[in-house]
Order: sequence, then C-alpha cells, then structure tokens
Amino acid sequence: MAGINPNQHRGNPFKHNWLASAIWLIVVCYVVYMFNAMDLSWGRINEGLGHAGNLLGRMVPPNFSRWSLLLSGLIESLEIAIIASICGIFISLFMGLFAARNMMPNWISTPVRTLIALCRTFHPVIIAILFVKSVGFGALAGILTLIVASIGFIAKLFAEAIEEISLKQVEAIRATGAGFTSIILFSVMPQVFARFIGFSTYQLDSNLRNSTMVGIVGAGGLGGTLFSAFQRFDYDFVAAILIVIIALIMFGEFLSNIVRSIFR
Amino acid sequence: MNTIDHHWERFTLKQKLSRYAVYLVLVVAFFQSIQSVEVIPEFLLDAPEQMADMFSRMWPIDFAYYPVAVHDAMIETLNIATLGTLITLIFAIPLALMNASNIISSAWSHWIARFFLVSSRSVNSLVWALLFVSIFGPGVIAGVLAIAFRSIGFVGKLLGEAIEEVNMGSIEALKATGASWMSILIKGYWPQILPAFFSIVLFRWDINVRESAVLGLVGAGGIGVVLDDSMNLFQWDRVAISLLAIFAIVILAEIVVVAIRKRLI
Repeated sequence: MAGINPNQHRGNPFKHNWLASAIWLIVVCYVVYMFNAMDLSWGRINEGLGHAGNLLGRMVPPNFSRWSLLLSGLIESLEIAIIASICGIFISLFMGLFAARNMMPNWISTPVRTLIALCRTFHPVIIAILFVKSVGFGALAGILTLIVASIGFIAKLFAEAIEEISLKQVEAIRATGAGFTSIILFSVMPQVFARFIGFSTYQLDSNLRNSTMVGIVGAGGLGGTLFSAFQRFDYDFVAAILIVIIALIMFGEFLSNIVRSIFR
Repeated sequence: MNTIDHHWERFTLKQKLSRYAVYLVLVVAFFQSIQSVEVIPEFLLDAPEQMADMFSRMWPIDFAYYPVAVHDAMIETLNIATLGTLITLIFAIPLALMNASNIISSAWSHWIARFFLVSSRSVNSLVWALLFVSIFGPGVIAGVLAIAFRSIGFVGKLLGEAIEEVNMGSIEALKATGASWMSILIKGYWPQILPAFFSIVLFRWDINVRESAVLGLVGAGGIGVVLDDSMNLFQWDRVAISLLAIFAIVILAEIVVVAIRKRLI
C-alpha cells in the first residue's frame, strides 16, 4: 500500500545541534574570561560612563571659532584625497591589466600580483609612518600612503574583473587583425570599464575617509588638527572637527553616487 | 534602405557630454590640488636616500626582542580583534533587524537604525580609539570598544541586507502554524542567513586584525604600543620585528578565514 506509513519514525524537524551549542558555549567562556583578564569591573565602567558624560558635555556646543585652522586642514585633506585617488586610479589601470592572468604571461603577472598583495597587507597608518620617516611630515607622505592603499584595492579587483571577461569579443577583435593596444581598448575595456569606475569611486570615498586620518601620524590633513585638539583636551573643537569630517564623507558619497549613475 | 548607412554610436550625446564633464572636473581638481598642496621638493628628492637609510637601520632585525615584548602584544592584538568582533554583534544584530524591511516595516525604525549604522562607519577606528582612550584611559578596553563600535556599521548593514534576501516561503509556513515571533526568528530566519552571517563576521574579523594592529599608536593596547615605543626611541630594528609580526599575523588570519569559509559554506 503506497502512501503514508503511520508507524514510520519521524525525527524532530528542528533537531538540536550539539556541536553548535558547544561552540557557542566556548565563545561565551572566552568572552567571560577576557572580561576578567581585562579586569573590567562595574566600578570601572561606572567611572567610564561618568567620564563619557563629562566628555560629551564638554563637546556639546561645538566650537567653530577657529574655523580658519579647520578650513586649511579640510582643504589639505581634500587635496591629498584628490591627488592620491587620481594617481592611484591611473597606476591601478595598468597594474590591473598586467596582473590579469588571461592577458599576460605568468612571468609578468606573478610579480605584479605579489606587489599588489604587498600593498594590501599593511594598514594605511603603518604605511603612513614609513612614508613620514622617508619624505618628512606633511601632505606628501599622506599622498604616497593613499596611492599605495588605492593600488592595493583597485588593482586587485580590476585584475579579477578582467579575468572574468568573455573571451569571445577578444577573439572577434583579434580576428580583424587588431594589435595588442586595440584589443585592450576595444574588447577588454568596454567589458570592465563600468566595474572599474565602481571600484574607483568606492576608493575615492575611502581615500577621503583615510585622508582625515593619516594626519594622526603626521602625514598632513585634518587628522593632525584632530589629534592635537584631542591632546589639548579641546573637546568642543574636536566635536566641530568630527562634524566637518562626517559632512565631508557624506558629501563624498553623494558625489560618487552621481558619478556612478553617469557611467552606468 | 538607409539602415546600412546608419551610424551606430554606443552612447547618446547626453551620456558623452556628462562623461566628458566628469573627466574635465577631475583634471581641473587634480591640477588645482597639485598647485596649492604644500609639498617641499627637496624632501621628495631626498626620499630614496632616506628610505635606504631607514631600511639599513632596520636590517639586522632584532629577533631577540620577539619573546620579550612582541609576542604578548600580538596575543593582545588578536584578543582585541576577536572580542571587538563579538561585542559588535550585541549592537549590530538588533540594528540589522530594525533595518530589514521584512521584519520591521516602520520607516521610523529604519531611520534610527540607519543613523547609527552610518555614524559608526563614518568615524574612523583611530578616532573611536581616541574617544575611548579619553573615556576609559589607555589600555585594552579602549581598543576593544573602538573595534566594536567601528564594526557595527559594517556588520549591521550587510546583515540587514542578508535578512532582506531570505526566502519568505518557510517564514509563511511557520507563521501559519502559529509560531511566536521569537520562534520565527530562530527557526525561520536564522537557518537561512547562517552562511551569510558567518562569512560577514569572519570577513570583519579579518579586517579587525589589521585595524587592531594600529590602535596602539593612540594608546589603545596591542602591538601598536610596542611599535610606537620603538619608533619614538628610533630603535628601527625593533620596529622591523613588530612589522614582521604584523605581516605574519595578517597573512595567518587570511589563511584561517579562507579555511573556515571553505568548510562552512
């Protein structure tokens, strides 16, 4: 008799997963142990909350009276972001092409890929420290840092995008007898250019964010102003700087949305 | 028959003009910036020499310093990254639920969630660290909280998007049985977002390992403190061992993440 056998044993559809529970238990133990290791007590948290209230209270009327200092830092940050993004995008265009394994022989793509991976490994702040040592304090160190950061991001994703293209169009252009440059320009670039613009605008955004930060280690821009305001406990000025940074980043996101919609 | 002569163009005139306008603005902004930025040319010419000097000072890397200070600081850095990622979840999961339109469909909750997510992402982790150092004093706690607050925006946004993409079929089925809100969440949504959840958390942990390595520069614990101290004392051979340790841990973190992801997904 076909159909349902009422005697057949049916397991609970929502079976208990003992392995998952054990892993969660380990995670909880780890968190509890770490909180003890950091000797975090309620007293300390209470004290911290008091400090936080005090800090926020001192921030509250943001102090824009030193607007000229703020403006010069802001302009320097913008300049660092613009120069670094444009140089970085330009270099990444070539590096990405050289790193794509379906375009280049192995002996070119492997060293270029290694170089790109090296650019990605270190946090921008660490690269900034090394550049501050080698080119001195100021905007130049910031520009070089952000160029390195841009190459690590754009060139990697661009190379991956090129490796995913359809080779049919490349064949078609090659069949017309086109040279190498023409193949790149008329069969590869049209397939990946929109994505390249996407990566570039994203990196422009993140360069804008990072340009307000590299100043903390002396590489120019608004970060230096912020750091010295922190060290002098000028919390109302800190609040003003933070507001300006957030406004700048939102403006950058707005601009990159426009650029992205133009190139869609 | 004029179709043969028809001249094909990939873009309309408006598209072309707006693209050229973008290029023009970029070029103008670039040259304007180059002209007004304060770069001292002597420093640029001097750079290769200074760089060679720095690397020559780094050269006999001070491996003996590793067991003295670097090892403990590296463990601390890993703990900051891990604990920060776990604490993020406490804030990010409710915000993700508030931001997902298939769970709470009120515009108010979306706006509140989005405000917190955006402000968490806009402030850099070093700035978060500065804030927490001035609240809790220098130490590991400031680093953990800086990592946690910085990651909320990232984890919350991606988790919210993952929740919005679930298949509503099984949710409907659970609702039809009269399951409570909590049961629907745990038995309906959770199994579907599980792979996305773990890949988001692992990805953020990988980023956090990199970020926690520099938090010490503003006094928030970890390897950054050792790095900062050796740099202030111009002990470049010790800077080199710290950088090498960071390099190793970052590569190791990436390998671990790739291995776990392969097994889970």
